[in-house]
Amino acid sequence: MVSVEDYGNYETAWCPGCGDFNILKALKAALANLGKAPSEVLIVSGIGQAGKLPQYLNCNFFNGLHGRTLPPATAAKLANHELTVLAVAGDGDCYGEGGNHLIHAIRRNPDITILVHDNQIYGLTKGQASPTSERGMVSKIQREGVFNNPLNPIALAISQECSFVSRGYAGDVQHLTELLIKAIRHRGLSLVEVLQPCVTFNKLNTFKWYSNRVYKMEDGEYPLDDRVKAFEKSLEWGDRIPLGIFYVNERPVLEDNHEVLRDAPLIRHKPNTEKVNVLIDGFM
Amino acid sequence: MNLDLTIKIGGAAGQGLDTMGSVLSKSLLKSGFYVFSTQYYLSRIRGGHNTFQIRISSSELAAMGEDVDILIALDRASIDRHLGEMSDGVVIVDKDVVELDKEHDSIFHVPLLKIAKDVGGNKIYTNTVAAGAVIGLLCLSLDPLNEVLTAIFRKKGQEIIDSNHKAAKAGYDHVKENYPHGCKFNVSKPDAQEKRMLIAGNEAAGLGALAAGVQFLSAYPMTPSTGVLNYVAGHAGEFGVVVEQAEDEIAALNMAVGASFTGARSMVTTAGGGFSLMVEALGLAGITETPVVIFLAQRPGPATGLPTMTEQGDLLFALHAAQGEFPRCILAPGTPDDCFYMMAEAFNIAEKYQIPVFVMSDQYLADSLFTCKRFDTSKITVERHLLSDQELRTKHGDYKRYKFTPGGISPRALPGQEGILVCADSDEHDEFGRIDESQENRIRMTDKRMKKLELLATEMKPPTIYGPQEAKITLIGWGSTYGPLAEAVDILTKEGHSANLVHFNHIYPMPAESTQKALAKSKKKICVENNYTGQLARLLLTEAGIEVTDKVLRYDGLPFTPLSIIEALREKEVI
Repeated sequence: MVSVEDYGNYETAWCPGCGDFNILKALKAALANLGKAPSEVLIVSGIGQAGKLPQYLNCNFFNGLHGRTLPPATAAKLANHELTVLAVAGDGDCYGEGGNHLIHAIRRNPDITILVHDNQIYGLTKGQASPTSERGMVSKIQREGVFNNPLNPIALAISQECSFVSRGYAGDVQHLTELLIKAIRHRGLSLVEVLQPCVTFNKLNTFKWYSNRVYKMEDGEYPLDDRVKAFEKSLEWGDRIPLGIFYVNERPVLEDNHEVLRDAPLIRHKPNTEKVNVLIDGFM
Repeated sequence: MNLDLTIKIGGAAGQGLDTMGSVLSKSLLKSGFYVFSTQYYLSRIRGGHNTFQIRISSSELAAMGEDVDILIALDRASIDRHLGEMSDGVVIVDKDVVELDKEHDSIFHVPLLKIAKDVGGNKIYTNTVAAGAVIGLLCLSLDPLNEVLTAIFRKKGQEIIDSNHKAAKAGYDHVKENYPHGCKFNVSKPDAQEKRMLIAGNEAAGLGALAAGVQFLSAYPMTPSTGVLNYVAGHAGEFGVVVEQAEDEIAALNMAVGASFTGARSMVTTAGGGFSLMVEALGLAGITETPVVIFLAQRPGPATGLPTMTEQGDLLFALHAAQGEFPRCILAPGTPDDCFYMMAEAFNIAEKYQIPVFVMSDQYLADSLFTCKRFDTSKITVERHLLSDQELRTKHGDYKRYKFTPGGISPRALPGQEGILVCADSDEHDEFGRIDESQENRIRMTDKRMKKLELLATEMKPPTIYGPQEAKITLIGWGSTYGPLAEAVDILTKEGHSANLVHFNHIYPMPAESTQKALAKSKKKICVENNYTGQLARLLLTEAGIEVTDKVLRYDGLPFTPLSIIEALREKEVI
């Protein structure tokens, strides 16, 4: 039996009251619930407050570069598909610096889960606008208010047929835990976008702001493989913000497409001198 | 008599120069000659003026010649540009196709198109007719050419093979019946010797990677490195390799690092522009101590530069790329043999020391066809330096990925191995791999990483000395210039000079002691490099305290020829 305690208890560098605490709690609960032992789990994270998450977890981790969670996570899964691989990033990391990788990870569809802590602001660099900041939000750089349109990651993911698209809320650990369980179980790229209040720098999108708006989508509201309906739903943002699973598409998975991975993980493959000699003969 | 002939095919892109050139090269190899072929092409798919140049000799060679003995002019530009390069040779031209203003003694009309249509019913046989004509001019047997044509067109069926054989024979016969000077090149078939390979640097590097047991390759295509990517991808299924075409080079190296962290032998292929995008991930490999091989095929920069030409301009870039300080290793093959064996060396060094290792080639080495002895796979070893489950259970109960050790190398385990956790961090970290920003830890971790370089330096091979161990004039070079430099030394020696070559394959960390020893007695140390600033010369000064006497530098996008080196030495009054 795997328990939440197996995932450790570390001192964090997050601000008191940060939404990240609840995300960490939900992730531990989900992994324990799934019976995944820490040595079977690999978390690849980027840089930012979200990127620190695996530092506070007892499991394998690769805390890489800002914006670059998905390339190493995808490759890690290809190298050893027996691992449960998660990518953890913030909104700046995944939608700004690493936006291109998100698009191509969706196209590839590796069986990994990407968990995005979206606080609509840059926390680690102390309060600049992020790709999801609301128009008009004033920051140290955007003195007249943000001009750029906010990115809609849910709509983007659905438009590109991401295999599993969902939104959770750091203010509802129970719901987020259930979402993470489903996302990790799903075979294919699962996006879990988490609304996460930044208590220090984002004075606009607070716990109160979110709590007044979020609601859980009802099961069976529409068939989850209906991309048009899902896309329509993804556009709902404002007074009411839907939480839950938006879209599921059972697309072929990247690892399955590599015949060489059928028998054993890539890391167990051995070199073949005999075949090299056959190739050498071809040059003679 | 030592035979040394150069055949040049000139035409527009899209006229099939490449196929015809490699068919002829292969046939001449099979006839028993040493063959060296280079291509000159512009960055376009059709049009422009391209050439394919084949040099054949009865003794070893690894460089281009200067004079052309047989020119096959498929377009007018071939005449306008290359007639001046002719020795007392022959220009094969189809006057029905290529309009000429004036006659020239060397021009020999062969109605390639007409013959192609007559015997094959299609103009696509033109190049085969020309190849047959060349064999006729050289008075060699048609058998090797037919053998190569059979192999190339096997998949297209017997009818196509037969038509090609007929076309080759018709070209051959036309020369026999109409060429007025008979067998003027006086080519005798070389004595039977062991069979050799004809292979380009890129193919050899790809083959070397497969022999070294590469498991993961990620790349974004970029000339002149793409050949390696294509080669490995072409055999990925049978060798159990995963090849991933990345969305950009940033992703490519981050992927390779991620795959390697997880336990796959991983590499990337790229050129300078792509490597510029990989720089941050290079530092990531550095601080996370993740082994990775970076195959960097150089071309003239900066930015897009001259995409299809050659240069050795990225040595110091590779050495200094990325913020901060961390150990790395730079190898530079000089021939396809080196490319083949050095890939395994690169992987073994990368995994032993847990560092990024560069294999630096360039367009000249990447695309030229060299004659090599058969590669010997028994010389290849695959050394992974990984902890087994057994070792983990008995010796590493409390596993620390970055454990402090006397040599700085921490025993490497992989995520997924039972009972342990493997944590890596791009932040400065403690022995477990968790963030630690304390000064004390920073110093210990930096020392640990950098210490690995000291041990590696003792393993780096001394420079190769070609010619006498000591000489008055020493040419110094690195990587792909080996062939032209070795031949330049031969020419100097023949002219009565005391000359040798000190050539570097293992560049960084530089084997300082053996380098100093190799150059101790030279009166004139001349560094010859395909770049503007003399990057190896600078490295010799900083790493071995050696100041070169002079530099011969070339940065017009073309490789050195032996004679261009001799000429430069004369200009500089070295000789």
